[in-house]
Amino acid sequence: MLPYIIRRLLQGALVIFLISVITFAVMRLMPGDPVYLLLGEGEIRISQEQIDAIKTKWGLDRPYYEQYLVWAWNLLRGDFGNSLIRVGVPVRDMIFEAIPVTATINIIALFISLLVAIPAGIWAGVKRNSSFDYTTAVGSTLGVSLPNFWLGLMLIVLFVLYIPEWIGEIPLIGRIPPFGLRSWQGYILPVIVLTTEQLAVITRVMRAATIEALGQDYVRTAYSKGLSKYVVITRHAVRNALLPVVTVIGFRIAFILSGTIVVETVFAIPGIGRLFTDSVFRLDYQVVQSLVVVLAVLVVLINLLTDLTYAFIDPRIRIE
Amino acid sequence: MALASPQKVDPANPTGIIETAGRSEWFQSWQRFRANRMSLIGLVAIIFLVLIAIFAPLIAPYDPIEDIFRGVRGVGPSWEHPFGYDHLGRDLLSRVIFGSRVALLVGLVATGISVLVGIVIGAVAGYFGGWVDTLLSRLIDTLMAFPIIALLVVLAAVLGPSLVTTIVVIGFTGWARFARVVRADVMSMKQQDFITAARAVGVRDWRIIWRHLLPNVMGPVIVLASLGIGGIIILESALSFLGLGIRPPNPSWGGTLADGRAFILRFPHIAFFPGLMIVITVLAFNFLGDGLRDAFDPRNRD
Repeated sequence: MLPYIIRRLLQGALVIFLISVITFAVMRLMPGDPVYLLLGEGEIRISQEQIDAIKTKWGLDRPYYEQYLVWAWNLLRGDFGNSLIRVGVPVRDMIFEAIPVTATINIIALFISLLVAIPAGIWAGVKRNSSFDYTTAVGSTLGVSLPNFWLGLMLIVLFVLYIPEWIGEIPLIGRIPPFGLRSWQGYILPVIVLTTEQLAVITRVMRAATIEALGQDYVRTAYSKGLSKYVVITRHAVRNALLPVVTVIGFRIAFILSGTIVVETVFAIPGIGRLFTDSVFRLDYQVVQSLVVVLAVLVVLINLLTDLTYAFIDPRIRIE
Repeated sequence: MALASPQKVDPANPTGIIETAGRSEWFQSWQRFRANRMSLIGLVAIIFLVLIAIFAPLIAPYDPIEDIFRGVRGVGPSWEHPFGYDHLGRDLLSRVIFGSRVALLVGLVATGISVLVGIVIGAVAGYFGGWVDTLLSRLIDTLMAFPIIALLVVLAAVLGPSLVTTIVVIGFTGWARFARVVRADVMSMKQQDFITAARAVGVRDWRIIWRHLLPNVMGPVIVLASLGIGGIIILESALSFLGLGIRPPNPSWGGTLADGRAFILRFPHIAFFPGLMIVITVLAFNFLGDGLRDAFDPRNRD
């Protein structure tokens, strides 16, 4: 087990190193000079000496490989540097301020999705080709086909424009704000959007895995032992069918940014997705490159955790 | 369908049986596909959308960029303008019709690039093995570990947003999953006797890959590609929505959605129609992909 973990971590380290080099290189190719952005182009007259002084201060005058090494070394020590645009603010603070926001909406959404999708997927798999199965199949295809930003906008129209017009204040909930997270009602729409897609994916996987498990020999054995259908399904089939869901959950957590980048833009939520796009637009190298590396580390670790969880739940899987 | 019945033997080609068997494999797949009503609807919808995209200048009632109507900014649907006007007073229906060109072009061409790159890299890694495989596999891992939309956002910002950038960037970042599938299939297949036989009679490596291995991995690749097009169309519109895809004033569904977001509480119809088109298109490709997957699945063979 331990040699396996060490080997995987080394492979992961290589992947992270490659990602950090690619990101660093790509960021240096970006058009526009951050020095001008920093000072506000054309607003103040600045001399060449001042520009040089700023470049020296930030290390922008040094060769690229040196800049990379300094940055990588600092990252390893946990120092992400300071934002180039929000002067003096440490990048680490910006990232750690944004993470809880993104994590909160995603954890709520994942929790609700699992709560609904696992039973729904099992039921659809057990009652294969029933009207329930058919409805879930169409529903989940629809769920993965809805662009989350459009769904978000339509929910804003529905809950902010039309429902208050039709029925006035929504009971127990009250007014739902279209943007931001200033009140708890602000979480409702982003969570619905994030839940929809996950619900669709997890239901599909759960259904397919249940059908697969129900066709296995051990299920037939369990039936022939005289166990009731309920016991066979819950004790034997579902247990095995849950494995692929672990993969999907790991995948969802690892790629948290992909899911939220657009949703956070739609609802103006100050999470990592917003931080990322804003920093790209403002050419804030420090933030973008640190964020990408942090997320790559997350992906590598979660992938490893997923595989270990597999081995933990399923004793048949041997890790070498 | 040009299917030779087994009784009739072509006098010029008495060994035609082998060819018939090969063809009937595809024919069986087609029959399974045809039995699935949802995938047929998907296929018809896609043909319809492609026709709309090709004949956009003939179908669209107005010019999507030049025709700006005065005093009707954000006015909702009417008989003359079924989708209403956008925030600048342009006919929304015409903009949505022209937007289909961008969505389909990006969806099809970017997927094509991904498939090509993925097949080449996957086949090379799987066939040659050794350090080539190790190197390419790490590259695949790296790409798979990269949040693709983050890469797209950064690259689009670096290269400057445009149609070509969008296609190239999506195409050259999305090949990893195709490479993975092709690599695994090629690896398991190259152990089989027909490859050993080909090698024994001195067929060159590239010819073995091209003539013997690739035709056998096309099934899963086609399925994966058709299921991937929907996702790519969503990615393209997400990029345009973020302002990093197709540049305004050129019409794209994602770009029109971004216009709609700015006026979402005043003119909600601007965001509604382009989004509806995205949903229809993506649904059509997903139904098609589902149908193809079932049709090619060897477990469904009669």
